[in-house]
Amino acid sequence: MIGQESAAPAAANWFVENAWLIVLLPTVSAVLTLFIGKRTPGRGAVYGILAIGTAFVLSVGALWQFVQHGGGRFVKSVEWFQVGSFHVEAGQLIDGLAAVMLVVVTAISLCVHIYSVGYMHGDQRYTWFFVVLSLFTAAMLNVVIASNLFQLLLGWEVMGVCSYLLIGHWWEERENSSAAIKAFITTRIGDVPFTFGIFALVFAAGFETANIEEVGHVIAEGRASNALVSGAALLLFGGTIGKSAQFPLHVWLPDAMAGPTPVSALIHAATMVAAGVYLVGRLYEVFVHADPFVLQFVAIIAGITMLGAAMLAIVQDDIKRVLAYSTISQLAYMVAGLSMGPEGVTAGFFHLWTHAFFKALLFLGAGAVIHAVHSNNMSEMGGLRAPLRTTFWTFLIGSLALAGIPPLAGFWSKDELITVASDGHPVLFVTFLVTAFLTAFYMTRGVALTFFGDYRGHGHPHEAPVSMTGPLVALAAATVVVGFVGAPQLDAPFAQWVFFEEPHIPEFSPLVAAIAVIVAIAGIAVGWGLYGRRREEDPVLQLGPVTTTLQNRYYIDRAYMSYVVLPIRDRLSSAVYWFDRNVLDGVVNGAAAFARALSLVVAWFDRRVIDGAVNGAAGTAGFTGGILRYIQSGNVQRYAAFLFTGVVILAIVVTRI
Amino acid sequence: MIRLPIVLFFSAALFSIGVYGVLARRNGVLVLMSIELMLNAVNINLVAFSQALGSLAGQVFALFVIAVAAAEVGIGLAIVILIYRNRETINIDEVNLLKW
Amino acid sequence: MTGHEYAFILLALIGTVAALRVVTARNVVHAALYLVVTLASVGGAYLLLAAEFVAWVQILIYVGAIVILFLFGLMLTKAPIGREALDNQRRGAAIVVALAILAGLIFLIQDAFSWDGSKIEPRTGGAAAVGESIFSRYVLPFEAVSFLLLGALIGAIVLSRRDDLT
Repeated sequence: MIGQESAAPAAANWFVENAWLIVLLPTVSAVLTLFIGKRTPGRGAVYGILAIGTAFVLSVGALWQFVQHGGGRFVKSVEWFQVGSFHVEAGQLIDGLAAVMLVVVTAISLCVHIYSVGYMHGDQRYTWFFVVLSLFTAAMLNVVIASNLFQLLLGWEVMGVCSYLLIGHWWEERENSSAAIKAFITTRIGDVPFTFGIFALVFAAGFETANIEEVGHVIAEGRASNALVSGAALLLFGGTIGKSAQFPLHVWLPDAMAGPTPVSALIHAATMVAAGVYLVGRLYEVFVHADPFVLQFVAIIAGITMLGAAMLAIVQDDIKRVLAYSTISQLAYMVAGLSMGPEGVTAGFFHLWTHAFFKALLFLGAGAVIHAVHSNNMSEMGGLRAPLRTTFWTFLIGSLALAGIPPLAGFWSKDELITVASDGHPVLFVTFLVTAFLTAFYMTRGVALTFFGDYRGHGHPHEAPVSMTGPLVALAAATVVVGFVGAPQLDAPFAQWVFFEEPHIPEFSPLVAAIAVIVAIAGIAVGWGLYGRRREEDPVLQLGPVTTTLQNRYYIDRAYMSYVVLPIRDRLSSAVYWFDRNVLDGVVNGAAAFARALSLVVAWFDRRVIDGAVNGAAGTAGFTGGILRYIQSGNVQRYAAFLFTGVVILAIVVTRI
Repeated sequence: MIRLPIVLFFSAALFSIGVYGVLARRNGVLVLMSIELMLNAVNINLVAFSQALGSLAGQVFALFVIAVAAAEVGIGLAIVILIYRNRETINIDEVNLLKW
Repeated sequence: MTGHEYAFILLALIGTVAALRVVTARNVVHAALYLVVTLASVGGAYLLLAAEFVAWVQILIYVGAIVILFLFGLMLTKAPIGREALDNQRRGAAIVVALAILAGLIFLIQDAFSWDGSKIEPRTGGAAAVGESIFSRYVLPFEAVSFLLLGALIGAIVLSRRDDLT
């Protein structure tokens, strides 16, 4: 083992030192479930739950020891492979960011695993679902823990494949498999620049190392040219745009709702989409030392995404799509935080941390609702407050947290982001506030349409089993609590864990907090005013061209279809066909004509000379065959048996002589 | 360090199992699989003797055998598929037109 | 007995048992999967014999390509399941012949090599050494094998294509 670590007694660091176990456990459980899951009582869910549960304990232990130790960076790696003089290592890089992310990922994944036991009950590919779920978690944990760019890429790509498998879990319906393909290809488009970005970084480091920490040093010391670093930053951000569903590659995420709801919760709260944000934080040196234009570009993308997605969330009827657009919008919040420099990093990741809990809660709650009414559409819900008591209260807590109502988790992180933005980022500041208003509005609309009024669906909805409500209650409790770790009044321990270069303790500004809360309450009030009473028509659907534009998602999907997908499918392929027809076939036909001319010559030779010899040989063989044919049964295997017997006899005879 | 006879016994076992498969299976694809077992047995011998005698020739020819095996499977399966297409069966004991 | 030997015997046992299952399995797909186990354990045996390059080629070509071909073959021919469909009527004779060959081979091996007489010392078997050997001394056979593969490629296409599609 090649280890470089700060001096500390080994025993006190056990959890941090052995953090790689956190990645290993879900991997092992995926393999175990794959091979013996079906024969295990409970069809294999138990392995994933045990492994992720243990990983969660280990993660909490690691974070705890990390805090005890007072921060720092713990790097440990082993050689992975070697190309010429270029050594690639694999290992673990634990700093505050990684430690926090490990806790988030394992916590959410544990809830999702347990919840899936109830939600996926009776599914025909139940075991397979848990295999991919565990593998997906393992891949995300690998991204978090990776000490090397290539190791990170490995987890990143495995996650892409797993998301494809999970979104298309019910692939019998064409819509679902199309959504899976869309998600895969769209994120892939972002992965191409990302891969080039990694190569640019390795190039900047002189092809000597791909270790994240060392690459960071190279860039921090200014040993790479500014243009190269800026280019690498832009390319890497391409990966973030794809994975974290930022404009203009956000189109896959709403369609990804075709997957089972627990998958949506996992993808949207803790894994897939968080990976893009995490990537920026992990390689923040690159972004800070790039041209200032890069961070401005990041901010512009985030701003567009934030507002655009929040508007779209307003007109959705599918409860999961509301949450999906909300996720896109909240991810843009985080990305915008990252674009505001080192103080924003802490705030952005604090929002990732709180958002993971309440967004998972909201998705799982939506899953419980869908489980009860067998429909995704809010127009077929309503009045579910009474039958789904637990779901209602937990969902309400999640919605208030998302809207940013104190003292729930979302308030603290949004407030921190807005506070940072109030100091020198006026455009983002306004965008944050408008988005916060819209967020509060559409969440109120969602809650009102789902839980209040009269039931508009069919059948009698029932509350979900304990395996589903349990995680809901746990996550709701977490949603209440996790915000306080970043509260400025409590010295904001979170800011001392996750920071770039040096801790930035956020200051609490009563004015900003008051504005944020008033905006949120205004959003809720407007929402309740419009949807609190029964209405024949949904008001947001009566805004004429605005509604049409929003319902058509700004025509972006359609534009992609007619300007990207169809041209490739129809024109490019017909061009290739033309080339094949006219060029390749010409060559082939020419060769054929030549061969025909040659064959006339050969034919003459063949008839006169060779046929004579062949006929003579055939005559002889025919005569002999006429005699020997009676021992031929025509059964190949009988011949083989004779052959092998002969071999044995021959061998014995030869060795005995 | 491994004693040579151990390796050779493994190879002999694989070879005999392959022979049994070739003789007893009636499904064409399974017969081809059994042939692969026999080829593998040969390869083990080649590699073992190569290391015992300190000459690379054995390993080189093991590689050639693998290449030939790939070719054999390609052609073999093409034939099997052709038979299936023409006769709706790949039971090689029903393919017995090659007789008097 | 050294650690190497124990490891080898373990691999050999796994390989042999899997090979037995290949020729006795009643489901053709299972047979193909057991074949993977056998081929992988043979690959492991090569590794233990320090023939690194051959081992990787074994895994790549056999497990990676040939078994896939087999599975395609099974798929395209809608292989049936069950002992009746897979084994012919001469199992007894086949067992006799196979056992005779096994007995003959074992007899020959113990006749030719004493138990402790010949040992395999791990020698070079890396890609560099093997490659040098192929492209210097055995370049002609190498070319011949290349042509054989080309021939097989064309032959397989010619054999399996449908005439009505010309």
